Amino acid sequence: MLSFIGRSIIQKIITLFFVSIVSFLIIHLAPGKPSQVDPLNPKFTPEMVERFRKEFHLDKPLHVQYLLFYRDLFTGKTASWKDNQPVLKKIWERFLNSLPLFIVGTILTWTLSFPIGIRSAISRGGFYDRSATFFSYLLISIPGFFFAYILIIFVVNTFHVPVIGMETFGIGDPSWPRWAMDRVWHLLLPSVLGATGGIAVLSRYVRSQMLEVESQDYVRTAMAKGVPPEQVHYKHALRNALLPFVTMFGLILPGLIGGSVIIESIFSWPGMGRMAYEAILARDYPVILTVNFVSAVLVLAGTFISDILYMVVDPRIRL
Amino acid sequence: MNPEPTLEGPLAPRKTRLQESWHLLKQNRLAVLGLVIFILFFITALIGLILTSGPDPVFDPSLVRLQEKLRPPLSKPNLETLRPDELPGLGVYLFGTDDLGRDTFSRMLQGSWVSLTVGFVAVGISVLIGIFMGGIAGYFGQNRIYFDHILMVVLLFAGGALIVVGASSQGLGLLALGLGYIAYSLWTKRISEKKVLPIWLHVLHKKAFSVDTLIMRIVDIMLCFPSFFLILTVVALLPASIYNIMIVIGLTSWMGATRFVRAEFLSLREQDFVTAARALGVSDFRIIFRHMMPNAIAPVLVSATIGIATAILTEAGLSFLGFGVPPPHATWGNILSDGKRFIFDAPWLTFIPGFAILIVVLSFNLFGEGLRDILNPKLRERY
Repeated sequence: MLSFIGRSIIQKIITLFFVSIVSFLIIHLAPGKPSQVDPLNPKFTPEMVERFRKEFHLDKPLHVQYLLFYRDLFTGKTASWKDNQPVLKKIWERFLNSLPLFIVGTILTWTLSFPIGIRSAISRGGFYDRSATFFSYLLISIPGFFFAYILIIFVVNTFHVPVIGMETFGIGDPSWPRWAMDRVWHLLLPSVLGATGGIAVLSRYVRSQMLEVESQDYVRTAMAKGVPPEQVHYKHALRNALLPFVTMFGLILPGLIGGSVIIESIFSWPGMGRMAYEAILARDYPVILTVNFVSAVLVLAGTFISDILYMVVDPRIRL
Repeated sequence: MNPEPTLEGPLAPRKTRLQESWHLLKQNRLAVLGLVIFILFFITALIGLILTSGPDPVFDPSLVRLQEKLRPPLSKPNLETLRPDELPGLGVYLFGTDDLGRDTFSRMLQGSWVSLTVGFVAVGISVLIGIFMGGIAGYFGQNRIYFDHILMVVLLFAGGALIVVGASSQGLGLLALGLGYIAYSLWTKRISEKKVLPIWLHVLHKKAFSVDTLIMRIVDIMLCFPSFFLILTVVALLPASIYNIMIVIGLTSWMGATRFVRAEFLSLREQDFVTAARALGVSDFRIIFRHMMPNAIAPVLVSATIGIATAILTEAGLSFLGFGVPPPHATWGNILSDGKRFIFDAPWLTFIPGFAILIVVLSFNLFGEGLRDILNPKLRERY
């Protein structure tokens, strides 16, 4: 166990090292230079550009830039090129904004997909199963922003509540319940949208896992000896079907960053995805690279956690 | 007397594999529906390409009629303000017009071909890379890479990188060192009588890790990038062009295909027909492409079908963020993202491309899943 943990940590650090090199090369070898962002701006005199390049080490050779960038990142000194704020502080603020979306979305995904998936598996081939299958494919196939517009029009026209942004603009200082309701309305649509894809995929996965277990001999035996069907489904089958999902808890970690770019843009939600998008538009290389690095760390940490969980939960696995 | 075959002789299966698959597919009505829409979409895209291109197309997708902007679907063109050659193809704006008075039906027709090419080319690239990398990892995976070979590659790459960066004298030195080493080791192996490396090279000529490890670590590295964010970054940094989008989507989505092909190859290479082929002296190349690939390709095709759907969605998402296929080409994604500004005045500009994408992507997904069920041996046995 300990040797596995040690080996896997070393392996993940090596992977992270190569990820950092690859992302650095992609950004810096792409055509166009950040110091040429706005040649028409009269304030951008050649002296300014030169000072800018010196300030951000852009006049050094590439490998020196690489070392300097990651030294700054690990000492927390990396600053955004756009507003000279420390990048880690910026990311942390935006992360706190994204967190409620992520938490509500994850709770919705995990609480809804299990009942849907289990029921489809039990009534396999029936009307419920077929319609659930169809709807989950529908949700996977719909372009996210198109669905968002349909939902926004529907909610705004039906309930007459504002939904764009984190809270109503100019709401001032309302009473506590009104403020809470306002926040809930604003949180609802983006998190539902973030969860739809997850619900569709996860409920299919729950269904196939349940079907796998339901065809086992011990389920048939339990049925044959007259155990009530509820008990067979939920006690004998479900508990065994749950095993792979324990590991998926580790894999939801990267969802903190990825996938939220479009939704946060539509809803003007000042979260991490939107920050990354703005950084790309402004060619703010330190922010792009840091977001990339943080998400790579999250992916690796997620796989690591899921490996460990798998070993803890399933005694048959010895790595 | 008894015409029935006895059990002693080998029995040919009553149905071919294709007939059996078709029989299984017919039971899955959603998959058949997906296949039908898939074929219809393909035909539409081909017809659209023919009708909207050329010097004098029947449906001109780029003809601007500013006096006819934002006309609702099925509205008749105003004959007094238009010249005869400006009339829409069917004499009616079937899907309405957009904010520049362009016929949305023509644009959708043109866009169907572009969306189809984006999907197919992107997935084609990723499948080719996936088959290549997965094939190497699965077939030659046990081969070892030596330390000196790694050193050589590093020397060559560092030399090239230094030249690109600007330090050409040091770069040339490293390149020369690397090339010299290659020449030297080739010479000792092929031409020289001794066929033994000198002692000081033996230190370096140690087995490091297998080819399989190398390729799978590359896959791991690629999987660390958040895919949509990576695509967005690269597309935003490169000059806007339809080919860049296809290539970038292809280059960032080959990991699944690699894993499938590798897994299939690992189990296939232990089977008897591969051993037999090898015993007959068939070349590695022929074993891989004639004997193993046809058996390994099925799961790749399934994931490719679903991959096309994902690529169309990705293109639409990029268009929405303003990094999609640039203007001379109409795609469903950019019609939809242009139309979102007029969602209350001209809802058809949002809903027609939106539902078109939805239906096509849905049909690809349903058909792909149907294929996966057919190829699942467990289902086959039950039948």
